[in-house]
Amino acid sequence: MSDLPFILFSLVAACAAIMVVTRAVPVHALLYLVVLLLSLAGIFQALGAPFAAMLEIIIYAGAVMVLFVFVVMMLNLGRTDRDRERHWMAPGIWIGPAILSCLLLAALCITLRALPPAAGPDTLVSIGPQAVGIMLYGPYVLSVELASFLLLAGLVSAFHIGRNIRGTVTGEA
Amino acid sequence: MSTPSPTEALLLASILFATGLLGVLARRNLLLMLMSIEIMLNAAALAFIAAGARWHAAQGQVMFLMILSLAAAEAAVGLAIILRLHAAGRPTLDADTGNRLKG
Repeated sequence: MSDLPFILFSLVAACAAIMVVTRAVPVHALLYLVVLLLSLAGIFQALGAPFAAMLEIIIYAGAVMVLFVFVVMMLNLGRTDRDRERHWMAPGIWIGPAILSCLLLAALCITLRALPPAAGPDTLVSIGPQAVGIMLYGPYVLSVELASFLLLAGLVSAFHIGRNIRGTVTGEA
Repeated sequence: MSTPSPTEALLLASILFATGLLGVLARRNLLLMLMSIEIMLNAAALAFIAAGARWHAAQGQVMFLMILSLAAAEAAVGLAIILRLHAAGRPTLDADTGNRLKG
């Protein structure tokens, strides 16, 4: 059995995830997503991964969510979008996806039940940033390079997609 | 006070993943679909962290860093595509009309 903060964070995370999926206004969904990420950071801390918890807050809840907020601001959604969204979210639409998700959840739960219990000592050891850094720049240095390649590719493609075509057609070039 | 068990964290990860899958399947708004994908990526990250806690290994957090960079790249490219669709004069964020994108 687990301790109280873990259970609280888990409940908050599950409720926030359901709220994200069912909101009609994107900004509300975004705020619930921030709540979900913060509670996940608490869960990481409870699981003995403080470095991952800090990164979850700084990068996910900080940088990525600011990116989402920025895009929502630029899209300038109004009342008509909200009404259209409500129209799209008619109750009949949810039946098929809900059945599929419940099937997946049942399969995952059955698999988890078949998992053997932890054979080692039952105590959680906190793995700090030093151990992660030694592991990251020791045997896993190739994956650091891969991550940098991935981020560079994302940067280049975002720049390519977001370039101003009208400016290049009628511009000075 | 006992410690949280990694099996319960894996259970929470499966719940989050199923919720994210429900969002991707049921919603038609591109922005909400991207958010649901973020939920699914976070569920995978939680599974990695739980496995790392189960085996007392730092590799779980290394894989968490990989998922973090993957999510950042995915959000950047997806949001750029959404902005491009919106700038092309589409009034809605309907995912079904994405075939009008050119270039």
